[in-house]
Amino acid sequence: MRGVKESQPGGGNEPCASCLVQPCYAYEVHSLRFRYQSTESSSRPWILDDISFQVSQGEVLGIVGPNGSGKTSLLKLLARLASPQQGGITLFERDLTEMGQDEIARIVGVVPQDTPQLFPFTVAETVLMGRFPHRPRNRWGNGFGWESGEDMAIAEDAMRTMDVAHLAQRAVTDLSGGERQRTMIARALAQTPNVMLLDEPTAFLDLQHQVEIGSVLCRLKEERGLTVVLISHDLNLVSQYCDRLLLLAEGQVVRLGTPDEVIEPLVLEQVYQCQVLIDRHPTSGVPRVTLPGRKSTGNK
Amino acid sequence: MKLPSATGSPRSCADRLSHEQGSAPPARGSVVQGAILTRSRLILILGLLSLTAVVVSLMCLHFGAQSIAYGEIFRVLMGVMTVDQIEAGGGSADITRTILLQIRLPRVLLGFLVGCSLASVGVVLQALLRNPLADPYVLGVSSGAALGAAVGVLFGAGTTFLAEAALPACGFAGGIVALVIVYRMATNSERLPIHSLLLTGVILNAIFSALIMFITSILDPNRSYGMMAWLMGTLTSPTYSGLVGVLVYLSISLILLFGQVRALNILALGEDAARSLGVDTERAKRSIFILTALITGAVVSVSGMIGFIGMVVPHAVRLAIGADHRLLFPASALVGGTFLMGADTMARTLIAPTEVPVGIITALVGGPFFVYLLLWRKDRLA
Repeated sequence: MRGVKESQPGGGNEPCASCLVQPCYAYEVHSLRFRYQSTESSSRPWILDDISFQVSQGEVLGIVGPNGSGKTSLLKLLARLASPQQGGITLFERDLTEMGQDEIARIVGVVPQDTPQLFPFTVAETVLMGRFPHRPRNRWGNGFGWESGEDMAIAEDAMRTMDVAHLAQRAVTDLSGGERQRTMIARALAQTPNVMLLDEPTAFLDLQHQVEIGSVLCRLKEERGLTVVLISHDLNLVSQYCDRLLLLAEGQVVRLGTPDEVIEPLVLEQVYQCQVLIDRHPTSGVPRVTLPGRKSTGNK
Repeated sequence: MKLPSATGSPRSCADRLSHEQGSAPPARGSVVQGAILTRSRLILILGLLSLTAVVVSLMCLHFGAQSIAYGEIFRVLMGVMTVDQIEAGGGSADITRTILLQIRLPRVLLGFLVGCSLASVGVVLQALLRNPLADPYVLGVSSGAALGAAVGVLFGAGTTFLAEAALPACGFAGGIVALVIVYRMATNSERLPIHSLLLTGVILNAIFSALIMFITSILDPNRSYGMMAWLMGTLTSPTYSGLVGVLVYLSISLILLFGQVRALNILALGEDAARSLGVDTERAKRSIFILTALITGAVVSVSGMIGFIGMVVPHAVRLAIGADHRLLFPASALVGGTFLMGADTMARTLIAPTEVPVGIITALVGGPFFVYLLLWRKDRLA
């Protein structure tokens, strides 16, 4: 339709004026404490206890840690799907609590953990839902919301990026886990976000699509300065694609740093309570984690 | 055209992060265009369904204890175009005219309205609770409304079930209590298994029914007989002034509910996903709750507990035309209205002159469908 092929002077990578003076953070998290509200008078334990960190603009941050360490809760707080009891979060230097949910939705795209879909929306309809925060609405509700040509073009690009364009007419209820996951990521991409929050984006994906998602996120980071925060249990994957890792255990930050600094035998053994072997990836040189095999029986 | 960016942040980098959407292949968007609801599809489907509704309503006017020829129906309907003339028809010696205008037409219209409302409420509850089995009857909202209305009757509201405005209000109160209980059960834990939600409905139905039975048993026999018939779900021939009242009330509520279709589409993804897309879920939920309770309360006070339309109709329509609520909502309303008109005509004619409560017909159609869904479509119910 019109104006889709907008060209930007200077491109998206050039730092803005304020970034030249000081580094620009997508997220700043100050001494965050969070627990789920309980109806009883007895207070529940803190899910997240005194967490502080920053995420730079254009960074890929991986959140790792054992089950129940508070990873998903942290991601929910970053998306403002839950509110912390103490501490604060700023998104591009603005207090998250002062922003409207739809304003946040234009900046932050969220891909939740895989949820089964019950209603037969087509893949195209699902991806187009990502355009919702950008569509005009009036005070009588959300309006009828016919999609504009621009919306459709953006949705189609997102679908091509995530390799689901050929599924456009299929119902999301009929997709495999991996196809559904890619559809949900495409939906978040259609939001044209500056920040993407992903909860185990590769959990249902085969090797090819795991690699693809990793490289797509890196490409978007390079091309658009996209900031990515993702949760994963796959230490090798995050080691490969993340600039920094945040290792959580029992609601506290155990370590925050480059994969080299975080993926260390002693740290992991202490946190995961099991032995691991760590060596180097043969081509990229990032740390590689291997589970200890069974002892060789010696009949070689 | 400016592509979206984080505008409004005064000095952040975000302003500079507006996105280019990569290289542009020809005819971008055409893949999407072919797989979504378009205006022409919406108009075509709704047009066809409206036409069907008109045809079925004429058939419903035709059938009865005494059939009325279609030519006669047209003659009478063309002859009277204002309410005054219709009311005046009652006095004329033309018996066909009287049957048609005083008995069948208002009842067919009421059936259509009630069917529309029940199906619409079903669509909305299914999306909100993310549960394709949700229906005001199954979830106990109808019995809540019925209990409210029964309490109203006990304290003397309305000698006929339509005449008094107090009854819909009592129905609304009962309905919203039931809805809030169901919703709290449904959302208390992160993901409540579908069977637990149904169980909530069963329990609510049992409690409310017991209370209704209690009220029925302490009423005098005449009124308690009327109440029993009403509880089974019965359409009667309302007066035109009553019909207009119901029409206005339900139309306004349904139009307001229709304003939520876009939010409903997103809510079907799940509440967290909807919030992360910028839907004000609390506000949407509040308006949807109040409106569904208002509609159910009114419908129940007019026609008693007519079950399963709210579950069966949206389900069938969704299978046929897809899940987009912008089409699903009005299409289900039309199909629900048409279905209930037909079912009520069956109720009137099956063993005429005795009437079967129409709630029995809908339950006989809907019950087996419900079992089918539970047994053979389990995979879809997560």
